[in-house]
Amino acid sequence: MTIDLNHPTTTATLGEADVERIRADFPILSRTVNGHPLVYLDSGATSQKPQRVIDVERSYYEFNNAAVHRGAHTLAGEATELFEDARSAVARFVGVADDEIVWTSNATEGINLVAYGMSNASLGRGGAAAERFRLGAGDEIVVTELEHHANLVPWQELAFRTGATLRHIGLDDEGRLRLDQAAEIINPRTRVVAFAHVSNVLGAVNPVAVLVALAHEVGALVVLDACQSAPHLPLDLAALDVDFAVFSGHKMLAPTGVGVLYGRSELLNALPPFLTGGSMITTVGLTESEFLPAPMRFEAGTQRVSQAIALAAAVDYLGGIGMDRIAGWEAELGHRLYEGLSAVPGVRVLGPAPGDGVERVGLASFVVDGIHSHDVGQFLDDRGIAVRVGHHCAQPVHRRYGVTSTTRASTYLYNTAAEVDAAIAAVADSRGFFGVA
Amino acid sequence: MVSSELQSMYQAVILDHSKQKHGFGLQAAADGSSHQINPTCGDEVTLQVHRGADGSVASISWEGQGCSISTASASLLSDLVHDLSDDEVSARIGAFRELMQSKGAIEGDEDLLGDAVALGGVSRYITRIKCAMLPWVAFEDALRP
Repeated sequence: MTIDLNHPTTTATLGEADVERIRADFPILSRTVNGHPLVYLDSGATSQKPQRVIDVERSYYEFNNAAVHRGAHTLAGEATELFEDARSAVARFVGVADDEIVWTSNATEGINLVAYGMSNASLGRGGAAAERFRLGAGDEIVVTELEHHANLVPWQELAFRTGATLRHIGLDDEGRLRLDQAAEIINPRTRVVAFAHVSNVLGAVNPVAVLVALAHEVGALVVLDACQSAPHLPLDLAALDVDFAVFSGHKMLAPTGVGVLYGRSELLNALPPFLTGGSMITTVGLTESEFLPAPMRFEAGTQRVSQAIALAAAVDYLGGIGMDRIAGWEAELGHRLYEGLSAVPGVRVLGPAPGDGVERVGLASFVVDGIHSHDVGQFLDDRGIAVRVGHHCAQPVHRRYGVTSTTRASTYLYNTAAEVDAAIAAVADSRGFFGVA
Repeated sequence: MVSSELQSMYQAVILDHSKQKHGFGLQAAADGSSHQINPTCGDEVTLQVHRGADGSVASISWEGQGCSISTASASLLSDLVHDLSDDEVSARIGAFRELMQSKGAIEGDEDLLGDAVALGGVSRYITRIKCAMLPWVAFEDALRP
């Protein structure tokens, strides 16, 4: 594949009729909230689930439930096959090999798995193969100012544990990453560069290729937080050439409790394990043990089987519609959201304007002058419109733009243009209600 | 255009207090103070307790930033606290907490809570009770010796 994922070609899209058919697959979208049809614009926090995904998870418990990777009975075999087929489906969805996909509870656990693996390497675990993961004084970890706390706090803690220094790439006043700064901050002492593919606050697609090139030039590992890209954009992790990536199932039509860590095969097989115990070993003695190869060396204990199978159903559903079309539709919705909100007096949308090399997803965080985000969100909820309020687990980026909290509307494939318009109208009306118009 | 529940939460007295904040502005000295944060939204309040010569709670002062509910709640609270004994203070905090946990079932004791009974509408919104409680939790904490 040669698609430039930093600048996806978004000519493919969904039509209104497609979106109506999609909406019919999501039972929750037909409910009302406070006497109004639900307008769900909080998919950046968690997505709704299509009937097929719900059915697949239920069906597993009704017909196939058993412990995986152990037992010789028929159900155990079926469950194991479904579980491993799910891994293959997710691997295909993001363009990597099956054994490069590790199940985690969520993206947060995936990042901690890498950070603690490096921590364990720094304590000497993993032998010579783990040398490249060892950190100490003088080594540097680089993040950006727009990170979700999940891609910031684990690196802060890793730096404290190992004596490494944590540095960050800043943002310019428009909400773009300071690439001029990145070229200085990423230097031969840099060992890890961790950043989000798409900011969960600013809504812009970050220049992955530029940062990967800078990191690899100095031999640093790249960890990509793909939580806000995997659900919304065509994603080919092998083509992006990142070393590790994480994403969460519940943001992409699947249940909670399942996330994915991708790691290049040779890295996963050299990284010391994080959680240890049953199912991740070959031979266990009373004082030491040997571990299975990846991915199983990272999957200790009973796994989230039904959730993984349901995640496979979710990526199958998304793939059936086409990620290029979903991305195209959400770019339209995101553009409408950005323009519509920006046109409301006293409303400021964070992040760079679309166009001029900036791709935005269907997500906009905004400030309404004189009205706190909680009050804006409450006013919208009264009309059945669900948005997120607060700091969206990203305090530093809010601080960068001088605010404590924002209101965030975020779309998915099931949202209509009319829903985006309803949210924009409600934001405009909230100014009258709270007496700031 | 808005529901009666929303009107009931955002009564005029609340919106007024969220703009004209009573007791706003910290003093150089205090007999107790507390800084509280609502981690879900980053809202914060710093509240000071000022005691009189007889040890009674003479007044409070506060600063902070937050939504209209937490701001109005702090402002309404400061109106309530003038020369109260610790027992009277406890009774007011207890009455307010009971009102917030009532899910709209009780009106609130106006003798104890004054205009702060207007915050009773918040108790129907589970996601907002923390906002209204924030200054009261700070007050309770600032009273601890």
